[in-house]
Amino acid sequence: MFEDFFKVVTKRFNGGDDYKPPMFKCPRCQGLSPLSRYEELHRVCPACNYHGRLSAQERIAITVDKESFREFDGGMKSSNPIDFPEYEEKQEELRERTGLNDAVITGTATIKGSPCVVGVMDSRYMMASMGSVVGEKIARAFEYAAANKLPVIMFTASGGARMQEGIVSLMQMAKTSGAVKLHSDQGGLYITVLTDPTTGGVTASFASLGDIIIAEPKILIGFAGRRVIENTIRQRLPDDFQLAEFMFEKGFIDMIVERRKMRSVLSHLLKLHGYDKRGAEQ
Amino acid sequence: MSENKTAWERIQLVHNTGRPTINDYLPLVFTDYYEMHGDRLYGDDKAIIGAVGRLDGRPVTIIAQVKGRDINENKACNFAMPHPEGYRKALRLARQAEKFHRPVICFIDTPGAFCGIAAEERGMGEAIAKNIAEFMTLRTPIISIVLGEAGSGGALALGVCDELAMLENAQYSVLSPRGFASILWKDASREQEASEIMRITAEDMVRLGVAETIIEEPLGGAHNDLDKISENIKEYLSQVIPEKCQKDIDELLKERYTKFRKIGAFIE
Ligand SMILES: [Zn+2]
Repeated sequence: MFEDFFKVVTKRFNGGDDYKPPMFKCPRCQGLSPLSRYEELHRVCPACNYHGRLSAQERIAITVDKESFREFDGGMKSSNPIDFPEYEEKQEELRERTGLNDAVITGTATIKGSPCVVGVMDSRYMMASMGSVVGEKIARAFEYAAANKLPVIMFTASGGARMQEGIVSLMQMAKTSGAVKLHSDQGGLYITVLTDPTTGGVTASFASLGDIIIAEPKILIGFAGRRVIENTIRQRLPDDFQLAEFMFEKGFIDMIVERRKMRSVLSHLLKLHGYDKRGAEQ
Repeated sequence: MSENKTAWERIQLVHNTGRPTINDYLPLVFTDYYEMHGDRLYGDDKAIIGAVGRLDGRPVTIIAQVKGRDINENKACNFAMPHPEGYRKALRLARQAEKFHRPVICFIDTPGAFCGIAAEERGMGEAIAKNIAEFMTLRTPIISIVLGEAGSGGALALGVCDELAMLENAQYSVLSPRGFASILWKDASREQEASEIMRITAEDMVRLGVAETIIEEPLGGAHNDLDKISENIKEYLSQVIPEKCQKDIDELLKERYTKFRKIGAFIE
């Protein structure tokens, strides 16, 4: 009897007449596909190849060697530099929801044996806006990489400035770019992987400073937001404006790489630059 | 004798008066100056001027955002909103200053970098990023002065420096109070309220470690006495430029890096 009851319930959930599986609506092609299919492809639209947003934890899992990731500064949290109302409360709630302390995770890892420093931004956390914690963790990651002669791979995403930190947020552009320059001047390799969406101050700082700049297909890349531009020029922008393919065409990206090939491309690039299977301390 | 004003009152003062622009200050602060044009890549942006001239007899490179004093001037200089080629011209002239061992003096006066199709197509993000990174290690002293408003990354692209000075009523912000109110509260009309919580005044900048110096304005604002405000700017530069030029350059670069490196607030 219980068995029958169970059958009914599973039937209701998995294929009853009025059952509708959860669907993914693609922000690029507006097409609908079963969410399960989208998830199976690691969040790539089956219709148009738009590369959707991953959490930082998911990105690390599909990119670096198993168990190789050692996080830096995992406990670092923002304080409230301009005493912005309700900033602390908002963050507390996001920490609960995302399991993150701020919008970037940094650390060391190996990719097919090659040691590197990796940073991954996560748009679930205040649209991966850049505040003190993002700036500090990224600067430290580059300084660590410079001191230890390691390459850096940054997966960027950002909606722009952390407005709740005011001018302090803007200054993180200088802090991070300075650290990138320091690492670069010592001969370090820096690969940027632009992911959806990379805009604002992050685009105008470390995201545009990679020796090699890679983008995932169909993602949004820009300095100014689409709506801001539309309001300024008072006309509708073409659909492909600020997509990875558009910026590639304009000469700001070295290559567009699909997610399923990313790990292997990164591994080859690291090895091409001499970062072989050495110990991370070397 | 600095005056007590709210951030909003200072914004009104900067916007709604015949506030002097770089074109007013140039002949009163510098001598023998020649304007230099073009980025050698695309064109010549009229929103940023570059010049070589003298300060107290010492050759210097001047890079400045240009506001217009009337609608025609503003059209010509695109309301001081640069395109990428403006920032690339600035970088070209900064590198030239390094080559000829001249200090660089930047005057910041912009609502922000221009938001448009061409600006995106020519890589606004890359242009700003590169200036920020390259100015950080430019082997010659850099002093920046905010004349009126300093908006966002478009200001910071001329703002990586050894010392930042603010005119008393000038503002520096991550975005305009109007933009701030419309994004955060979905209500642009709350811009005055936004201006008061954003911390954008010269005093805020000194307190947050963004600026080192406030240059006093004549009573009522810079527009009330052009000679006096020019004298104050010149006096500041005459003191700070020799001081920075005497410093060991590696020491200066270390301090420049540290100035920005330490801005931020976090708990570990
Ligand atoms: Zn699609």
